Amino acid sequence: MTAITSAAPMTDDPRRSLGSYAMIGLLVLAAALPFLVGKSGWISNFTFLQLSLMIVYAIAVLGLNLLTGFNGQISLGHGAFFAVGAYTAAILIDQYSVNAWLTLPIAAILCFVIGYLFGLPALRLEGHYLALATFGLAIAVPQMLKYRHLEPFTNGVMGINLIKPDPPFGLPLSSDQWMYLAVLVVAVFMFWMARNLLNSRPGRAMTAIRDHTMAAGTMGIDTSRYKATVFGISALYVGVAGALHAIIFEFVSPDSFRFELSIAILVGAVVGGVASLPGAVIGGIFVQFIEKYADAMTKKISQAIHLPLELQPWTLYGLTLIVLIYVMPGGIAGGLAMLWAKIKPRQGG
Amino acid sequence: MTALLEIGGLKAYYGATQALHGLAFSLDKGGITTLLGANGAGKTTTLRAICGMVRREGTIRFDGQPIDTMATEDIVRLGVAHVPEGRGTFVGLSVEENLKIASYGRRDKTHVPRDLELVFTYFPRLKERIHQQAGTLSGGEQQMLAIARALMLGPRLMLLDEPSFGLAPLIVQEIFHIMRRINEEEGVSMLLVEQNAALALDLADNAYVLETGNVVMAGPAADIRNDEGIRKSYLGY
Repeated sequence: MTAITSAAPMTDDPRRSLGSYAMIGLLVLAAALPFLVGKSGWISNFTFLQLSLMIVYAIAVLGLNLLTGFNGQISLGHGAFFAVGAYTAAILIDQYSVNAWLTLPIAAILCFVIGYLFGLPALRLEGHYLALATFGLAIAVPQMLKYRHLEPFTNGVMGINLIKPDPPFGLPLSSDQWMYLAVLVVAVFMFWMARNLLNSRPGRAMTAIRDHTMAAGTMGIDTSRYKATVFGISALYVGVAGALHAIIFEFVSPDSFRFELSIAILVGAVVGGVASLPGAVIGGIFVQFIEKYADAMTKKISQAIHLPLELQPWTLYGLTLIVLIYVMPGGIAGGLAMLWAKIKPRQGG
Repeated sequence: MTALLEIGGLKAYYGATQALHGLAFSLDKGGITTLLGANGAGKTTTLRAICGMVRREGTIRFDGQPIDTMATEDIVRLGVAHVPEGRGTFVGLSVEENLKIASYGRRDKTHVPRDLELVFTYFPRLKERIHQQAGTLSGGEQQMLAIARALMLGPRLMLLDEPSFGLAPLIVQEIFHIMRRINEEEGVSMLLVEQNAALALDLADNAYVLETGNVVMAGPAADIRNDEGIRKSYLGY
């Protein structure tokens, strides 16, 4: 995986500060949204749940992005860490009545350790082989969750039902609105941490390993330990996303985390734009939005234009994917960056 | 002169394939030594074996200290800087970030600005391009960056793997001239692997000729350059 190019190379230019103002503005708006809407109902609780899920997937995509986009390791099995995070939260809440928010750091630490330990032997694997090994993880974990001996904890194929926490301090919010707000705060924190990591020396070492592993070694970077640690951090992000998913979705079962989830996270990372933080947000939106609405849209479109043949589900999803990758090989974030470069006024005539 | 690098009975393997068969040579402190030989003779493998990047057996001593079981990153810290074949540019990072990567393992960062200044006295062209993304540099500039990055490590020994590869003769001359200056002014010893034997023998003090993983000829570079028999049979010019 040496051929991954960054979608949006970080450069020092004035529009960066403009961009960060715009981002802060957007975030304030996003955070104010539930308070503005209140109980008026013009954005339904269901929509807030959808928004929360988008943010959760954005965290998961970010996790894979750190590994694939910034460190050059591929994984087809990150759904497994999502599952571990989700089950950690669910079991702690269900069996041990742990506070829901307290389960996040626990899931994070557990997933980091598992990811690191998986990363150690995985270091010997590269490219296709690493892809297959991680794919094995994605296949195995949902099955392991069904084990009879784990049933007292996991409740087997039936899964675990949860009840989402109520808003604290008598805030005038519905619990879906409160969840949305909490998930948003967690996501901002996770993205902020990722940005700091990438702008630090370890972050540059990560990128150097991606660009040229051997040369990174000649610069005194312990490439093996680094790759394992990045695998752990990546699993940590996906694990937190899984835990949040369990809390807001109020349900976990082995079949929620089939290997399609791993593929969806990878698709989100690539479509959003690998090696790009905004790309992870776009990827999260893509995972939740396109995946869930592609079927319905396929039906609507084929009815609207009176197609003589019946389009099967996933047709639109597949077509979207092909067109996107063809038109924007750097993902949507990379495509937008290129578009901006074309339309921005040229400096110095 | 004492030997900076002593190698004895060095064997190296790629999987089941043995690439070096008991190589032995030594390298003097302060000099430039070149390893010559045809493709597949084991030149690149020798450099990788010194740095611990391939499975190896035998003795390797750097300044008297055995390094044959050490990890790459620890060998780098002792002062061995490897400029890999094909330059190894970190294409996604800027020129400055590429150079600063070298200070990665150092606790004391205070001399990083000073090191940067030093590097720029040898490679003023890199200073002009300091914020440019390294992947967009020309081949010659990327080779300069690779050497500059190695210099940032403050090395005692530089291992250079075909710095002339794929570059225009004029640029190669410029780069070799800079290497000579670094050797003389910074006292950095060099082990140079080259296909271009004429060029390497002009620069080096000593030379070893390799053939299928063994040393077949050794001596002062001037002697080998002047020996028509060796030139014709091993170096092809």
